[in-house]
This record gives sequence, C-alpha cells and structure tokens, in this order.
Amino acid sequence: MTTIRPIAPALETRRVEEREDEAPAIAAQNLHKSFGSQKVLDGVSLTVNRGETLAVLGRSGTGKSVLLRILIGLEKPDSGSVRVHGQEISDLTLDELGGVRKKMGFLFQHAALYDSLNVEQNVAFPLQHHKREMSKSEQSGRVLQLLAEVGMEDALAKMPSDISGGMQKRVGLARALALEPDILLLDEPTAGLDPISSGEIDELVLKLQQEHHMASIVVTHDLHSAKTIANRLALLDKGKVVINGSFEELQESDIEFVREFLKHS
Amino acid sequence: MPSSAVVSRGMIDQFFGWFGDLGIFFWRVLRAAIAPPFEFRELFVQLDEIGSKSLPLVALAGAATGIVLSMEARYSLTRFGAKSLLPAAIVFSVIHETGPIITGLVVSGRVGAGIGAELASMKVTEQIDAIEASAVNPYRLLAATRILACILMLPLLTLAADSCGVLMGWLAQALVEPLSLHQFINSGFKGADFNDFLPPTFKTAVFGLIIGLIACFQGMRTQGGAAGVGRAATSSVVLSSLFVILADVVLVKIILIFFP
Repeated sequence: MTTIRPIAPALETRRVEEREDEAPAIAAQNLHKSFGSQKVLDGVSLTVNRGETLAVLGRSGTGKSVLLRILIGLEKPDSGSVRVHGQEISDLTLDELGGVRKKMGFLFQHAALYDSLNVEQNVAFPLQHHKREMSKSEQSGRVLQLLAEVGMEDALAKMPSDISGGMQKRVGLARALALEPDILLLDEPTAGLDPISSGEIDELVLKLQQEHHMASIVVTHDLHSAKTIANRLALLDKGKVVINGSFEELQESDIEFVREFLKHS
Repeated sequence: MPSSAVVSRGMIDQFFGWFGDLGIFFWRVLRAAIAPPFEFRELFVQLDEIGSKSLPLVALAGAATGIVLSMEARYSLTRFGAKSLLPAAIVFSVIHETGPIITGLVVSGRVGAGIGAELASMKVTEQIDAIEASAVNPYRLLAATRILACILMLPLLTLAADSCGVLMGWLAQALVEPLSLHQFINSGFKGADFNDFLPPTFKTAVFGLIIGLIACFQGMRTQGGAAGVGRAATSSVVLSSLFVILADVVLVKIILIFFP
C-alpha cells in the first residue's frame, strides 16, 4: 500500500505563489445572471492580466455594473465562475471573500462615500480595519498621500455632502487605493461629470495605473474615456460580449451592433 | 385579476419568507459577532447612541407612567378600601411590568426608527456595499454592534425608567397625602425580593435583541430609494413594537413559572 506524503509547506507555498503569478488577475468564465425573468448576463467570459486595463462598454441596462459587482462578490452569479489570481470566489464565505477583496479596489458609480464620515475618515476607513498595526500618525500620513495623489489634500475635513460629484469620485478613488490593490474596478468613473472633470478623472486613472501597475476593469458608456484609459475594450449587448479587442479592432469590426455603437458614440 | 386564493397564498409565502430571511440574517450576524476582529469602537459609539441618548426620553416616560399609576391606583384602591397598599401597588406594577414594557416601546420607537432609517439610507446609497467592498463584514460592523448595544442597554434604561416611575409615583401620592419617600419605599418594597426585580429587568435584554435585530434586518434589506428608507423606518418601529409586546406575553409566563 502506498502512503501519500504531504507536500512540504515551503514547496506548497511556492506553488501557490507561482499559480498566482501565472494566473490572470481576474478571469470570469461563462457568467449567467438573471433578475426574475430579466436575463442580465448570458454567458459572459473575460480575462484581465496584471498591468492591463479592460473597458466594458455597452448601452444602459446591459448588465455592465452587475458584471462588476459579480467580479468583486457583491452579487452571486446564477452560474459561471470568477477567479481572482486563480482563486475561485463564488463559493467563499463573507470573511473568506474579505481576504480576496483586500487585493481589489472598487470605485462606485456614485462614489458611495460614508456620509457620516469626513473625507479623511472615509479614506482612512480601510486602513483602520486592515492596517491595525499602523500607528495613527502613519495612517494620517498615508491618507494625506492618497488624497494628494488624487488632488484632494485640501479637503481633509470636508463632509461628502460639501464636495462636488467629481471630487467625491476622487475621494472614492483614494479610498479604493488605500490598501494598495492589485486589481481596480471602476464603475462609470466619469458618469454625470462635465467634460473637464471627466478628462481630469481619465488622466488621474491613467496616471494611477501607470504608477501602480494594476489590472483594471472600467465600466463605462463613454467611448472617449474608454479609449483614453483602456488597452482593450469589451462591448456588451443583451448580456453577451459582442466583441473584445483593441479600439482599432472595434473600428474594423463589421458586426452591426458594434458599428451602430461606434456611430452614436 | 388574481383570485383571492392566489393573493392569500402570496401573502402566506411572504409571511413565512420574512421569517426565513430574518432567521438567515440572525445566523449571519451571530456568526460574524463571535468571530474576530471585534468592532469595539463601533460598539462604544452605539452604546452611547442607544443608551445615553435614549435616557432622557425613557426617564420621562417612566416618570409619567409613575404619576398616572399613582393617580389611577389611588382612585381604585380607595374605592375598595385598600389605600394602604398604594405604595406596593405602584412599586410592583412599575418594576414588574410598566417600567420594562414602557422602556421597550420607547426604545423601539426611538432606536428602531433610527437604526432602520440609518441602515436603509446606507443601503440605498451603496454605503453598505462599499463597506463590503473594503473587505469589512457589514454584519459584524453594523448589525452585531447595534444589536449588542440594544441588548446591553435595555436593562440599564429599564432601571432608569423604574427609578423615575417609583419616584414620581411617590411625588404624586405625596402631593395629595403627605408621605415621606422613606416611608413610601419601605412600604412599597415590603415583601419584595430579587425575584420581583431581576427577571423583569433582564427580560428587557430580549426586547433589546428584538428591537436591534428587526431594525437592522429591515434597514439592511431595503430597496427602492427614499421611499424604501421611509418604509424601512416605519416597519422597524411597527414590527419591533409588535414583537416586543408579543415577547412580553411569553416572557411574563416564563417568569411566573420559574420565579413564582
């Protein structure tokens, strides 16, 4: 009878690390999601590697935000799998999911700042919960550094209700970056902003991606913004990915919906 | 148009579905509450919010109840020639029943509505999702701390309501017929022991559990913008008050069985 010998812990750790390095930062396979009789996602698959930015485009109500929420585990898919650095997240408990989410930053469409906390406390929130080893002064320094990165260092004491939508998104972005994530998910970062603020947010996202070398997924219906900040674009229609490629590939596509979308963008 | 049988079946499904969802919610909160990291800072904030800030209202309600009890009991006992039992009647009814139930109802009004509206507002503005996305368990941070604060604070608030009720009961009595506080207390607590005092006070911890649990549940499952926030606040108060009264019926029976 042969006995199975346990793999040496160091070897196992190295293999996990290698698996994490080899695996895409985020990989969704055949995602399906319905709300009642309404089918929102119908077999969506996509992959994003470290340092790469994917823009997910599509008409309003085509499930772009739902896709993003599934990728971070805020919604459960009806079927399909989501792997973050090779780890399947669909079956994780809330606390286990927390471990994965520490590697991910999420910017909500309306920033979702905590309205009872000021700007400084909003950005400090993830640090207070996950970097308990940091002293108060270290946390304050880090918050100031993050706010300086997004150009909001002068708004430390302001409440979210006292700043504009664009400023709220900047603070939301600083909060999303607080734990130095490997993956950044942005839900409509420029929606509802004037063209100048949109351009500023685009430049900011681009700068942060270059500096932090993260894998990013940007959900948007703004083609100009997508073109500026993404390496690849995926176009969603009726819950399916119609095309996934570079902007040039989209331009050359003869798919009717793609041509229609580009014509009206 | 759906038949009445279909409508009734839908309502029954909804009724049992609500209890099922509440059970799942309670299980998640319980699991989150007993596992580290513990959110002590948020717990202290909630102890202050729920306890200290409810104190004036609870004390006032207790005092008013004491006065009313004194006037009513005086009228009834005089009719039946048992006026000498007035202090005992006031003290026993305050500590046995009116103090705890008034505290439960006042807190379910103030705190139930507050928690329901606050969490509902956080839910519809995606703040609860943002907490989750920041890898923080919202059941631990938001629900467990509020429920625990309600459980801890209700007995203490009941003590305040009881004290104010007895004190104002004496004052109302003394204004009509001079009687020292010392005499009133001696006469009122004659024959009373800890069994008269502790179980009714500690049963309010169950009221706290009910108020905190229902308010957090209604708040965190809200959907539908400002209207949803309003509905969550209203349903938190209505349901928690209703379940406090129903739980009181059961708890009084249990107390009478185990502490006769």
